[in-house]
This record gives sequence, structure tokens and C-alpha cells, in this order.
Amino acid sequence: MNQKTYQEMELLRFTTAGSVDDGKSTLIGRLLYDTKTIFQDQLRNLERLCLQRGEQLNLALLTDGLRAEREQGITIDVAYRYFATPNRKFIIADTPGHIQYTRNMVTGASTANLALILVDARNGVTEQTHRHLFIASLLQIPHVVICINKMDLMNYKQEVYESIKNQLKDFIAKLNIPDISFIPISALQGDNVVEPSKQMLWYNGPTVLYHLENVHIGSDENLIDCRFPVQYVIRPRSDEYHDYRGYGGKIASGVFKVGDKIKVLPSGFTTTITSIESPDGSIQEAFPPMSVVIQLTDDLDISRGDMLVREHNQPTVSQHIDAMICWMNNCSLRAENKYILRHTTKEVKCVINEISYKLDINTLHRIENATELGLNDIGRITLKTAQPIYFDSYRRNRSTGCFILIDEKTNETVGAGMIRDV
Amino acid sequence: MQYNLNHLQKLESEAIYVLREVAAQFERPVLLFSGGKDSIIMGHLAKKAFQPAPIPFPFLHIDTGHNFPETIEYRDDFIKKLGVRLIVGSVQHSIDTGRVREEKGRYASRNILQTVTLLDTIHEQKYDAAIGGGRRDEEKTRAKERFFSHRNEIGQWDPKNQRPELWDLYNGRKHHGEQFRIFPLSNWTEMDVWQYILKEQISIPTIYFSHKRKCITRDGVILAYSPYLNIDPDEKKNIQTMTVRCRTVGDMTCTGLVESAAKTVEEIIEEVAACRFSERISRADDLRSENAMEDRKKEGYF
Repeated sequence: MNQKTYQEMELLRFTTAGSVDDGKSTLIGRLLYDTKTIFQDQLRNLERLCLQRGEQLNLALLTDGLRAEREQGITIDVAYRYFATPNRKFIIADTPGHIQYTRNMVTGASTANLALILVDARNGVTEQTHRHLFIASLLQIPHVVICINKMDLMNYKQEVYESIKNQLKDFIAKLNIPDISFIPISALQGDNVVEPSKQMLWYNGPTVLYHLENVHIGSDENLIDCRFPVQYVIRPRSDEYHDYRGYGGKIASGVFKVGDKIKVLPSGFTTTITSIESPDGSIQEAFPPMSVVIQLTDDLDISRGDMLVREHNQPTVSQHIDAMICWMNNCSLRAENKYILRHTTKEVKCVINEISYKLDINTLHRIENATELGLNDIGRITLKTAQPIYFDSYRRNRSTGCFILIDEKTNETVGAGMIRDV
Repeated sequence: MQYNLNHLQKLESEAIYVLREVAAQFERPVLLFSGGKDSIIMGHLAKKAFQPAPIPFPFLHIDTGHNFPETIEYRDDFIKKLGVRLIVGSVQHSIDTGRVREEKGRYASRNILQTVTLLDTIHEQKYDAAIGGGRRDEEKTRAKERFFSHRNEIGQWDPKNQRPELWDLYNGRKHHGEQFRIFPLSNWTEMDVWQYILKEQISIPTIYFSHKRKCITRDGVILAYSPYLNIDPDEKKNIQTMTVRCRTVGDMTCTGLVESAAKTVEEIIEEVAACRFSERISRADDLRSENAMEDRKKEGYF
């Protein structure tokens, strides 16, 4: 691989989801194996391990990093894996399929551009398939690929593939997924993973790897709504930089330019950008997800948690939040419970007003009168924050539409929230 | 105008974001500095994250006393140039004060002993966050790590009960006495690190480049010959001068070398691209067992 190419590579983050034994880890193992990412020593270790257990070469063991996972033959926690082809570098969040570990899929999905969802061709569409598709839609993953796996065990029959596609049609129509495709594969045999299958000539679409390498991700960022949450105020207090005051942070969305008139929230002051410093020095414009330092004309009182925006394109400023929430803790969410809410770089206390409904994610039916949301439940809630936060709907802006809830007593992250359209 | 960052720029931006988040969320962070390439990159990124202000935390080196002399020379020079404060936690001191006992025999290494020195130093200095250069691609247990990784009051990691980490919202809240390990380079691979060193023209210790050295081959691992290594009489025949370089840098007793003619970063990159063995193949500490890294990490290792 020549170096120029390497420095121009794109980054694609994807997540994988499937039920237990759908072959997720095998698929990842196959992608790593066929792209020559698995090193010989890792492979030798694996062979030794499988021999000792009297098993066939099991690629799943490559991603099961914890002792308990190898012992039980299940994936407990999200594992991150990396591989590269000449055009792209990939970050895989491999998430467990167990029902009690759905929180891990939400975690993996939160940073993904793409989701690979596995369906076992023998079992067809299951409750888990619906759950995974719904989560992909809820988390607004722009691209979804449904891999119908274990086609080898169904004699590579086209009817099997078409029937599963049909079974999902109605469900998908109710969701909001901008880009969805179906690929029939055998992760174990390698059909349509990296190499096109010789067994399924009736399928004319791309292989999994070809799709990963070519799916267009250039327009996944929001470049319209300028949002810069102030993360850290940089004040050298040295002789050389006596009056220097810079605002460090990551561009959440939009394009900021030197000379732009901007408004500071919550103070409402307007001022002008005098300079933008990137890791490589001064630049004229900054866009997501750049980490930069912005300097302003006026000396204002601005601190962590404040937000720089455009005067004519402002986020909602409010204490009342209407959101979908995924609950991730054994201690249930109930009305009147208090939590710490972390949104962009801001942390505020909040109280739950009400649970509007709990969702049966297999049918998408709303369960009204729910009094609590337990571990792995998804529902709609309203809450009130102690101070206003500056947000957009998650649908419009993944960066300023998401938040987490933290239990004040245990400090655990207990919920993941996505703000609804106002 | 294309508003796209390439993958190295994205990784750099992410690491800087994490470093600033540490400075904002913790009272007494410290950066773990070993003199290896990953911690050098972290020093470089920390400078970028806070300039023109100084880096707002000190660096901590857990010194086994069994270092490559080149690493220590590099360390002192690097620290001086960055203008940060260096704290050294000494494994020798832990041995002298009876906190740990030196391992015996042919495979004796101070690698595991470092954990005690590290936790003692964190405790004494009241650090609440230790920033490490661990990468998820290094080893399968590390693949399960969070960016913000919680440690209980005795420094232990509970891998089966980690906080979910969503979007870029890092939760560093903790009870008094608990601490965090922070891994800004989580998403970097060995290749990314070398490409970044090349792009940024970062100087690294000379042991990363091909050189001649007296070595001993043991169980297929090439180790640098040094007074710290316990060598059995029957092993003396395995001592020879070889042309080698380090792929990772740690304690002299457990850092394996690779035979290499690579004299420049470009040549190293070519070598890494063609290499069919993982970085950890050369680490005698990881080869001890399938669960070696998980067991050490649970106890509070880097």
C-alpha cells in the first residue's frame, strides 16, 4: 500500500448485530481473515485453542477477548476491531446478540455510520431482528445492511433469501432508515463476504466487503447547523500570551469560518470569529468532527458547556425535553426520579416528568400507562432540566440531539436519550 | 470545498477531544509515559490539545529499572522539550520497601511488579485519572476497553460490568478514591501510529530502528542481552550479535526484538504492512498465557 493512498483513506465505523449463533463473530473473523488482518501468531493461537477444545477452527474466538466469553462461547461486551483495505479503514463495534445485552448494541450503534444486521437463514426473521432494525433506525444509523447468513445450510436457495426479504418489508416500511440493502451470505464458507459466491449466481449485488468499501459516507455529517459546544477554555497566562483566550472544542455540526458573526449561548452576546486553530495550525474554516480552538473579537464570559451558534440558525433553548430513551440499568426509570443529564459538554440535573409510553419493539405498539422502564426497555419520556440546554432533534443532528443519563448515587450511565422533534 | 477529514485526521481529532475532556472532568490527571511510541504520540497530541497553554497535567513513568538506556535518554530529552513535569515511580523502590518481591528464575521479569508501583504512586499522588497509550488493536482484552475506563478504589477493572459508552459523551463521574484509566488512542492501530509519526515527523528512540546488538533467542523470542536477564548456562550458546529493532518498547527482560534492516520510518511502515505477525508476538509478558493481559489488567495494569 503506498503511503499517499494511506494518508487519504476514509474512515468507516460500523456495528454488527445478530442473535446468539447467527454467526456475527464468524463474519467478522472472515472479514479479518480474508483481508489478511489476522496475524499468523493470532491464528496459531486460535488453532491451538480449538485443537485443545476438540473443535473445528472457530473464527468467533478471535473477537471474544474475555476469559468468560471464551469459556461460555458467547460475546458479553462490545469488542472493537480494526481492518483496512486500500481505500478505507474500518472500525467494527462487535456487539453481543443476547437479549439482556441490548444496551451494547445501542452503544455500538451510537457511533456507527453503518450497521450489519445478521439473520440466520434457517430461522428467518426473529424478535431480535426487529429489535436490531428498530435500534438502527432509532439511533439514526444512515446505512443498514441485512446479511442473510448460513445460506449454505439452506442449499443457497434464492426462495429463502426472497422470503426473508418479504417478511421484513412491512416492518422496514414503519422505520426510518435512509439506506438499506440485503446480501445473502455464508460467513463460514466465505460466500459473498469478500469473494462473490459461486453458489448463488442468482444474486447480482455487491459482496459485504465491496459494499463496506463503496457505500457513500461523505454526506453523513450535518454541515448546515453551526454548533460548537465549548469544551475547554485555553488560557496560557504566560507573558507571551498574556491576553490569549481560546475556546477548545469539537465542531458538532455546520461549517465555521473566520470572520463569521456568531452568537454565544446562553448569554446571547454576539461576536466575531477572529481565528480558528486546528491541530495543524491556523485554518480559515472548520467542520465536523474537527477539534479546534476558536478565538473571538470580544472578551466575553464563556465557559465549558456554552455553545457558539449562528444568529439566524439557533438550536432550541429549553428546560423541557421530549425524548426516546433506551434504559441500560437494572434500577428502573420511573417518573419523578432525578438524574444527571450530560448533553454535549454540559451537565445538568434533571427530573423525569412522565413516561409517555413504553415500546413493544417487535410490533412497534405503544404500551400506554407504563410506570417504569427496565433494563433494555425503550420508551418515550419527558423530563425537565435544572437549567436550559441547547439542542436540536436527534433526527436532524446526531451530535446535539443525544444525551446520557447518569445515576447520581452510583455514577453509572443508566440511559441513552434521543431528543424528538419539537 | 470537500468537508471531509481523512482517517488519521479523525483519529487525531478524537484523541485531542478525549485529552481535553480529561482536563475538564478530572482534578488530578496524569499521563503515563513509558518512552514507547504510543506514549510519545500522546505527549505530542497533548501539546496540540492545549497549545499555546502548557499541558495541564504531569507525566508519570513507572520505571522497572530494567530499561533500554536509549529509552531513558530519549525520555529526559522529550520531557525537557515539552516542558512538563515528570514523576518517576520506581519498581526498585517497591522491591526495597517490601511492597513486591522480585521474580526468580530464567523468566524473571519486573513487568507484573509494575502494577503495584503504579497503583502505589497513583494513591500517594492522589491522581484521579491516568491517561494511557493502550490501543484496542493490540490485544483481545484491550479490544473491550472503554475510552474512560472505571477503576474501583483498589485500582481494579471489572470487565464484565463496564459503563456503556455512547456517542462522544464520556462519563468520568466517580466516588471518592476511585479512579479512571483513559485511552485516547483506543481506535488507533499500529499502522496508524507509524503513519502519524511519519506525517508529523515525530522523533522516536533509536531502538525502533535497525541496529546491531548482542541478543539471546529464547523460546523463539529474541531478547536483548543485558545484565537484567537471568541466563542459564545452557543458554549461553544462544547469545549472538544480530541486526534487530524494537517493534514495541518495554522492560528489557520482556521486550522481544525483530530482525530488521529498517532504518527509516518509511521502511518500518513497509515492514509493518508486510508483516504477518502481531506486535504482541514479541512480548514475552503476553505469551505467558491466553489470559495474561486480562489477568494483569483486572489487577490494575496499564
